[in-house]
Amino acid sequence: MREIQYREALREAMTEEMARDSRVFLMGEEVAEYNGAYKVSQGMLERFGPKRVVDTPISETAFSGLGVGAAMYGLRPIIEFMSWSFCLVAADQIINNAPKMLYMSGGQFGVPAVFRGNNGAGGQLGSTHSWSVESMFSSVPGLKMAIPATPYDAKGLLRTAIRDDDPVFFLESERLLGFKGPVPPPEEEYLIPFGQADIKLVGTDCTIVAMGRPIHFALQAALELAKEGIHCEVIDPRTIRPLDIDTIVASVRKTGYLVVVDQSWPFASVASEIAMQVYEQALDDLDNKIIRVNNDDVPAPYNRTLEQEMLPNAKKIYEAVRAVTYNA
Amino acid sequence: MSDSLDAAALLGMLRRMMVIRRFEERAAQSYQQANVGGFCHLYIGQEAVAVGSISALRPDDPIITAYRDHGHALARDMDPRYAMAELFGKLTGCSKGKGGSMHYFDREHHMYGGHAIVGGQCPLGIGIAFGIQYLEEDKVCVCYLGDGALNQGGFHESMNMAAVMNLPIIFALENNQYSMGTHIARGTAAADNLPAKAAAYDMRADACDGMDVQAVYNCFAKQAALVRAGEGPAFVDCQTYRYKGHSMSDPQKYRSKDEVSEQEQQDPINKLVNHLIDNHLCDQSEIDKIDKHAKDQALESVKFANDSPETGLDELFTDVYSQPYGPYKKGDLPLMLRERDPGDR
Ligand SMILES: Cc1ncc(C[n+]2csc(CCOP(=O)(O)OP(=O)(O)O)c2C)c(N)n1
Ligand SMILES: [Mg+2]
Repeated sequence: MREIQYREALREAMTEEMARDSRVFLMGEEVAEYNGAYKVSQGMLERFGPKRVVDTPISETAFSGLGVGAAMYGLRPIIEFMSWSFCLVAADQIINNAPKMLYMSGGQFGVPAVFRGNNGAGGQLGSTHSWSVESMFSSVPGLKMAIPATPYDAKGLLRTAIRDDDPVFFLESERLLGFKGPVPPPEEEYLIPFGQADIKLVGTDCTIVAMGRPIHFALQAALELAKEGIHCEVIDPRTIRPLDIDTIVASVRKTGYLVVVDQSWPFASVASEIAMQVYEQALDDLDNKIIRVNNDDVPAPYNRTLEQEMLPNAKKIYEAVRAVTYNA
Repeated sequence: MSDSLDAAALLGMLRRMMVIRRFEERAAQSYQQANVGGFCHLYIGQEAVAVGSISALRPDDPIITAYRDHGHALARDMDPRYAMAELFGKLTGCSKGKGGSMHYFDREHHMYGGHAIVGGQCPLGIGIAFGIQYLEEDKVCVCYLGDGALNQGGFHESMNMAAVMNLPIIFALENNQYSMGTHIARGTAAADNLPAKAAAYDMRADACDGMDVQAVYNCFAKQAALVRAGEGPAFVDCQTYRYKGHSMSDPQKYRSKDEVSEQEQQDPINKLVNHLIDNHLCDQSEIDKIDKHAKDQALESVKFANDSPETGLDELFTDVYSQPYGPYKKGDLPLMLRERDPGDR
């Protein structure tokens, strides 16, 4: 199979969906004439014109709310945040309006919009620019959340997100934009359904759940651990809402051990939620407590060493698996 | 007053204003009887703004407003029964009892809600206007806002984007001088020069006497025509006044009784009635008939709301997602829409 970059996979998904449905448009800062702050939308203006690839002023509240209103009106907006860190000024529009509109209107007005952009530490950008929003936002009913870790998942999930009738928070990773992986050619259309985890590595001894960029750290750690005879099963939920807890529980029943990796803060985090759900459903199958590997509970530092120390990494995951399986 | 409107049109506007007035009186009574919960903001005094502006639009021009939304829904001919049932939290309400007073919606009448975060509807309004432009439709979106929303970032960002993108929208400021207890002069810079707000965004500004339904009508007819002609968005200052408290729990210490009674001399309904009588466009008996009908409708709406079923527990998990998963379920549309449109969904 051909290999393409994560950013190219995103671009293909948007391009193919825009070709398929004239109601789909892309809007955000620098998406058109600049060709995307991170070149995700490169060439899209040329292909679709300024009506459907729309540059905005630096007004997150206005353009994300515009997306919500346009979706209520029947369009299917893709709203790009240069970074999810910048969505915070638009919180009212994306978490108060988008996910509640259908409910508050008694089912009259849905919001089929996709909000997408970079999520997670980019690399020494400091605290304001290093948000991982998955834990904070996934607690809001009414939205869906996808967090692809590979080009294949990025394309398949984004196509599904664009076709979905509900607001989808689509969390990409700046650090993965150049990452290459196998993706079927455009003529082989595929969609990845929401709520279906992917077992990235089959194993028998310990389950590691991770999503987004940390999947790659988990796979690295698993490689090391395999050398030492510990065969990890690495599970990528791919969507956090809906969450495929069944696949996780089935794996835990098999391995008896669980490490959950999550690049947001530990307090009230996705990792905590997954751990709790596993305790609720599979307590008797666990041979030890669950260990979480989160960001450290501090603002993201600028200093490179401190930043690296703060984020989940392969070493921390390795140590967590070692610690949790000590009694195996 | 201008005389561009014929008697039938004026009587239509009078009917709508009276429906709103009588509805709101019953809403207040129902609130006092504890049949209505939460916050409830009455539109009494401001009727000419919604009725005059909406009468100047086409029925399929989308509108969106803030939480003081009963008047807009009724001006758009939402059946008062569904409006009252919403206040009572009943399944038959316009939002199935899930929205309440501040969140009226009516897809059939192109009413894109009631929005309770001050200024939060402005970005949504430009989204609707963007949709009109994108689909190349001959429509105008009217986005209503209170004077308090003038000081929200979302309003300014939306004004800017509307101007930059030449969106077909009218920002209709319902300037009743107060945001809760704060007089506009205390919270808003350049309160005596509101066109400056529009000028900052190179946008057309207009103003009208919001206590005079014909003035409102004429202003919006003109501005809507300009928007349709591609002349770009507009900002309209509708100078009005609310006669009741901000919500049902407002002791109104921030303004004098004299101020209120002085404003009551400008009552938009009386003003139109006087105009009709003085110009022999109708007689008192006709006005009494309209008022009687409005009162009957309001009373009937309370009866309907009382007799309606509560929104059941089975509705708790519906309408969260259009494509539900796990514990969520697809919901039925509100009765209001199903009655008109049985085949929908
Ligand atoms: C963002 C936000 N802040 C505060 C409130 C509380 N609040 C509700 S209405 C209101 C006053 C708004 O006044 P105005 O915009 O003039 O509208 P009016 O009540 O006069 O119709 C306030 C402060 C809110 N709903 N939203
Ligand atoms: Mg006000």
